[in-house]
Amino acid sequence: MTIKGKAYIVGAYEHPLRKAPDKSVAQLHAEVAKGAIEDAGLGKDDIDGYFCAGDAPGANVWSMANYMNLKLRHVDSTDMGGCSYLVHVAHAAQAIAAGKCNVALVTLAGRPNSEGSSGTQVRDRGVNLPDAPFEMPYSPVTVNLYAMVAMRHMYEYGTTSEQLAWVKVAASHHAQYNPNAMLRDVVTVEQVVNSPMISDPLHRLDCCVVSDGGGAVIVAKPEIARSLKRPLVKITGAGETTKGQMGGKVDLSYSGARWTGPLAFEEAGVKPSDIKYASIYDSFTITVIMQLEDLGFCKKGEGGKFVSDGNLISGIGKLPFNTDGGGLCNNHPANRGGMTKIIEAVRQLRGEAHAKVQVPSCDLALAHGTGGALGHRHGSATLIMERE
Amino acid sequence: MATQYQERKMRDPALNPGDQPYFDAAKEGKLMLKKCNACGEHHHYPRALCPFCFSEKVEWVQAKGTGEIYTYSVTRRGGPTPYCIAYVTLDEGVNMMTNIVDCDLDTIKVGQKVQVAFKQTEGGFAMPVFVPM
Repeated sequence: MTIKGKAYIVGAYEHPLRKAPDKSVAQLHAEVAKGAIEDAGLGKDDIDGYFCAGDAPGANVWSMANYMNLKLRHVDSTDMGGCSYLVHVAHAAQAIAAGKCNVALVTLAGRPNSEGSSGTQVRDRGVNLPDAPFEMPYSPVTVNLYAMVAMRHMYEYGTTSEQLAWVKVAASHHAQYNPNAMLRDVVTVEQVVNSPMISDPLHRLDCCVVSDGGGAVIVAKPEIARSLKRPLVKITGAGETTKGQMGGKVDLSYSGARWTGPLAFEEAGVKPSDIKYASIYDSFTITVIMQLEDLGFCKKGEGGKFVSDGNLISGIGKLPFNTDGGGLCNNHPANRGGMTKIIEAVRQLRGEAHAKVQVPSCDLALAHGTGGALGHRHGSATLIMERE
Repeated sequence: MATQYQERKMRDPALNPGDQPYFDAAKEGKLMLKKCNACGEHHHYPRALCPFCFSEKVEWVQAKGTGEIYTYSVTRRGGPTPYCIAYVTLDEGVNMMTNIVDCDLDTIKVGQKVQVAFKQTEGGFAMPVFVPM
C-alpha cells in the first residue's frame, strides 16, 4: 500500500506568539488546533483522528483530547522528538487510506522560552534509559551533540565555519519578511563566525532560537479535501527511521535522512532535483548541511559548498529553504521544529508564503525533520507534498 | 590563549541492573567492554544481549585503554567551566562517549591518540575519561 494521493493537508496554522508566559501548554495546543480547523473550513466535530507527541501535557493523547473534548476513532501519540509531526502526517495518511479516520488533527505546542530552556542545559531524559549511565556524567547537551557532528564533518570533508554560516545568512534573509519571527535582522557570514563560540565549532548564530508557540495541521481524505475551498496539497511520499550509535560503531558522517529520503522520493515518484521548495530542520546550521547531503540534494561532503553564496535564498539560489526564517530565526516551539517545517511547505504550495519569498509556481515541496540529537540517537522523517 | 582543563562536578550515573560490574571495575582503574562469544564483536554501551547477533553469550573484557579521538567539542557556555565532550575510538574498534581531560582544551584534535584515566563523580563513582598521550 502507498499513501500517495490518499490524503491531503487541508488546514495549517502557526501560533503567532514566541513568548506566552500567561498561556498554558494545553491552551496553546487548543489554540493552534482551532486555528488549523478554521483554516480548513471545518468544525471541531469533523475531527475523528488526533495525533500528538511528547510536548502534549502528560505526553499522552487523552489529556489534550479531553481538554478539547474530541470524539475520536483513531489516535497516535508516536514521539519522534522534533520530527514527530512529519511522522504524524504520514501516519494520518496511512490511517485515512485504511479507512480508520477521515479528518486527522496534529498539534504541537510548548513554552520553553517562558520556562527558561537552553541548548546548553543537561536535560533529564527520564528513567530506565540504558545509555544514560554511560553518557550523562560527561554532560552531553543539545549543542555539543550537534557540535561533535560538525567537528567530524569539518575533519572528513573540509567544511568550514563560513560555509555553516551561509545557512543562517539564508534563513535571516527570509526572516526579515516574517513579522512574527524572533530574529528579523539580516546577518552576514562575518557576523555569524564572529558571534560567541558556544561549543566548538558552533557559534551562537549557528544555533536555533528558543521559543514558545506551536502549530497544527489537518489531514483529510480526498473527498473531503475537494469539498473545501482551500488549495489542494496532496501527500505523495514519506519516510521515517531512527539512527543511533550502532552498538559502538558510531558513524556521525550521515543522518537517518540517508534512509528516509530514498523511501519518500521513491513513493512520490520524484527526485531531489524536482523539488521546488524544501523545509529542512535547522536546529543548527550543521543539521541543514547534513540533511541536504543525505537527502541527495548534493553529494556527501559537498553540503558546505552547496549552501554557500546564497544558494538557499528564495529568488537567488537553486533550492529555496525555510522561507519563514526557520528555527534559526523564526521559531522553534517546544524545542521541536518539525511542525513549522510542514506549515511553511504548505504555505509555499498554496502560494500563501510572503510575496518576497514565495517560490514561483511551487507545485512540489519537501519537508524533512530530525528528533533527538544527531550526535547520539535521532529520529528522521521526510514528507513530500504536491500542489494539485 | 589556552583553555586549561579545570576539575568539574560530574553527575552520578543512574545505574540499571547489569551495569554494576562496569563501575566496580572503573573504581579499580579498569575500562571494561562487552564482547560477544557468539559473533566475536565488542560493543558499547554494555548490554545483556549482543546488539549485532542478539546472543546472550556476552562477557566483560578489559579494554587496553588506548584509542584516538573520533570527534569532540569544547562546550564554553552554559556551565561553570568549559569542558570537552568526545567520542573516542578504542583500539578494540568501539567508539565511546567520554570527556577529554587534564590538558589544554584548545589543543585537542580529531585523530589524537588518547589514554584512559578516571574521574570521580559527585557520589564517588569512577568514570572513564581520556587524556592525550
